[in-house]
Amino acid sequence: MTDAVVIGAGHNGLVCATLLAQAGMQVVCVEQADQPGGLARRRVLGDCQVPMAHAAFPPGPELVRELRLDAVGFQPGPTLDTIALGREGQHLTFSGDEVSGAALKDSDREAYRQFRQAYARFGAALRPLLLSPPPRLKNLPGADLKALVRLAWRLRFGLGREQLGEFLRVVGANMRDVLEDHFENPQLRGALAADAVRGHSAGPYAPGTVWTWLLRVIDSLDGPLSALAADELIRCLPKAAENAGVDLRLASPVANIAVADNQARGITLADGSTIEADHVVSSADPITTLSRLVGAPQLDAMFAHRVAQIRSAGAVARVHLVLSEAPTFTGLSDANLDHRLVFAPSVRALERAYNPIKYGAFSDEPALEIVFPTRHQPELAPAGQTVLSANVMYVPYRLKGGWTDARRGELLDRVLKLLDSLAPGLSQSVLSSECLTPADIESIYGVTGGHWHQGEVSLHQSLMLRPVYGAAQYATPVAGLYLCGAGCHPGGGVTGWPGRNAARQLLKRRGAA
Amino acid sequence: MNIAPDHFVQPLNRSPFINRFEALSRTENWATWNSYKVARVVDEIANEYFAVRSACAVMDLTPMEKYRISGPDARAFLDRLVVRDLSKLRTGRVTYVAWCNDEGHVIDDGTLFQLGENDYRLCSQHHQLDWLHISAQGFDVAIEHETHQVAALAVQGPTSFSVLRDAGAAELDELKPFGFVKSRIAGQPVLISRTGYTGDLGYELWLDPAAADAVWDAVFAQTPHYAVSAMGLDALEMVRLEAGFVMPGFDFVAADVAIRSNRARTPTEAGLGWLVSFDKGHFTGRAALLAEKSETPRRRLVKLTVEGNRPVCDSFIHARRGGPRVGEIRAATWSPMLKTNVALAEINLVRGDLPANLWARVDYQRELAWHSIWARCHPQIKAAVTPAHRSLTPPQRY
Repeated sequence: MTDAVVIGAGHNGLVCATLLAQAGMQVVCVEQADQPGGLARRRVLGDCQVPMAHAAFPPGPELVRELRLDAVGFQPGPTLDTIALGREGQHLTFSGDEVSGAALKDSDREAYRQFRQAYARFGAALRPLLLSPPPRLKNLPGADLKALVRLAWRLRFGLGREQLGEFLRVVGANMRDVLEDHFENPQLRGALAADAVRGHSAGPYAPGTVWTWLLRVIDSLDGPLSALAADELIRCLPKAAENAGVDLRLASPVANIAVADNQARGITLADGSTIEADHVVSSADPITTLSRLVGAPQLDAMFAHRVAQIRSAGAVARVHLVLSEAPTFTGLSDANLDHRLVFAPSVRALERAYNPIKYGAFSDEPALEIVFPTRHQPELAPAGQTVLSANVMYVPYRLKGGWTDARRGELLDRVLKLLDSLAPGLSQSVLSSECLTPADIESIYGVTGGHWHQGEVSLHQSLMLRPVYGAAQYATPVAGLYLCGAGCHPGGGVTGWPGRNAARQLLKRRGAA
Repeated sequence: MNIAPDHFVQPLNRSPFINRFEALSRTENWATWNSYKVARVVDEIANEYFAVRSACAVMDLTPMEKYRISGPDARAFLDRLVVRDLSKLRTGRVTYVAWCNDEGHVIDDGTLFQLGENDYRLCSQHHQLDWLHISAQGFDVAIEHETHQVAALAVQGPTSFSVLRDAGAAELDELKPFGFVKSRIAGQPVLISRTGYTGDLGYELWLDPAAADAVWDAVFAQTPHYAVSAMGLDALEMVRLEAGFVMPGFDFVAADVAIRSNRARTPTEAGLGWLVSFDKGHFTGRAALLAEKSETPRRRLVKLTVEGNRPVCDSFIHARRGGPRVGEIRAATWSPMLKTNVALAEINLVRGDLPANLWARVDYQRELAWHSIWARCHPQIKAAVTPAHRSLTPPQRY
């Protein structure tokens, strides 16, 4: 009998397990794969390796401090600038609060600076909201009321009357409207819109895309985007967990969560062995945890229904290419390949890339986010080879007619064709390749729908509605069963907040009991 | 685009028995029940009432929602659905069940028939297909809506046994309350259950709609001595209140249609607490109902008899004559058998107990002038009318 068993050694599972162990609990963390890291763990491709989270923001200082990450040598690594690719080689470069490019007007340059600063202020006002469980509105208990009052105070007096007005105007809006308010340059708009919807199954015209942009802005407050942040984090977290006394067991897939008399009693592994525990904390997505590992029959019907209805169909495919030589993108220098390349030439082009997914098809001209991991970690590939890692939007989880090797090849061909138009001759240098559809990501990483964020971070799946009403405080209706993955508030990305919030909530309840 | 001028008209479903009702109707007093046309009063409400209590009354039950539930997980599905322990239910038996939402509020009640191994029929007053499907997630179960495929007829009253026996249903002698048998009437296969909503001896007949006329005619062809007559909803309301049966959606707001969060009711509040079993494993609403157990009950649906002869519908209940308001009448009727008002009232409890000394303020009209009187209310534990003949096996012959 152990105090807690944590399911999944992704970053959130490890954060949660470490914090629980630091608080004196006896913690076992089980992971299905033979490596920790969850969705961020490296993918092996022949004699190359590719980090799945190829660009991430560094963890917040609270996490670094609490998890004692410095003690295990955590370094966020070199910063990634963002280069927005144009069809004819006219590129824009984003670095910090500055954007530059030949075709860019001074007015857009200045507008970008102001836009960044305004959203950084909104983000700073909202950030504390992400570091605690979402407030409950029903009956409004004292602590939640206080949190809401504090948030209202920060928004009203931190932002000031005028900024608050702007914040309230945009918070539920769509990214396209907001970008059109601020900028003229379509390429500038397109690149920002693409980051606002990254990982989501939403086009830039969809309401709620400013909210997902804000969440990204809040992440960025802890440091600039880095190629190594996620890879480093999942290298360091198991050490931190070990230091805290977590019993990490790899290659231990979970078959089910044992529930008796509405109380979680432990887990059964696929090999039939059991681990009894007072608490079960799952970093698996809510559908996997509740519908599959617990099972609807153990839950109330409407709650089980709500869980099953969570929008969690992923929309991003991953293409990995091993290239015999560094590619030459029209208009870019070789040094530019150290950075993140984004192809979304306009908001309209992005929305057009989104449209087919509604009908179960993928885009003719997808939006891309490209990183070359070997530029920062040459050891990932044999000498001289370059690994290209591209997130491809939008690709449906449920392809009409179903995913086959032929359809996967068709998608890869479209991506190669697009890459060739941006970097002529790139496809000639491909030594090996792989194309992971959302369905593949689901089967490899065990995340429902292959969704990066364990479910859309739409407004109706945010805050006290994430993952669903009845489980938004990390505790589920099953006593002793907690959720701690990205499916919970505040959502996806490599933030660690869900894991941290869940651990704190569990410890608070345990202390109260 | 051509839109028919009467496109908004919702045609009423016609039950296979409706021709017979229309032929007998002297009042043309019709109601709609689950989109079916049903009689409110066929002839004279007093005659229909006394037919149930002293002869035999026949009512159309076809509009009752019927669901066929089958498959390997059918029993597990039902166990998770309803609040009642089903371990005693077996083939050939019927049980009364209620089901709740996650918050432990009653959605509906009904009768559950075990037709065979992994084969059940659930009957309820209100449409439940969506809730059954929502509840079916994770179970290997098939749910078929068979309301329109199964005709149903209630044959109720002291002579009902003799009527059906003479009509050919020989298997009824040994049929106990809440049992059913497969039988034949007028050569037609009929499933007969000893169930009803009247509190009297009675049966419910379940049959192919094509057999409806033949079965109806056979029931009405028996000796006039049995005094078979058709009955409508109004007389049913009288007898069900005498029998103390609650009706979700009328005596309290059904949870699935409640808009205001304080309107839905738990089984205990609805007087159905005796149905709930916490020992049978998980069911929807269990956690909420367990939590309710540790709280002081706030209100309860109470059976009352009310003194005086004024109709007490829509009255407020007060603690003491002229005292503070503590409840409301939900349904009431004059009981011709008992010569008193019987009612169901929702009453706020004081520290978990019913206030003593309850009075109804009865407002009534006499030649358009309003009058107000106070009538003493007497809470009842048992149903007002419980005739001894209703549970005899074999039933009494006439």
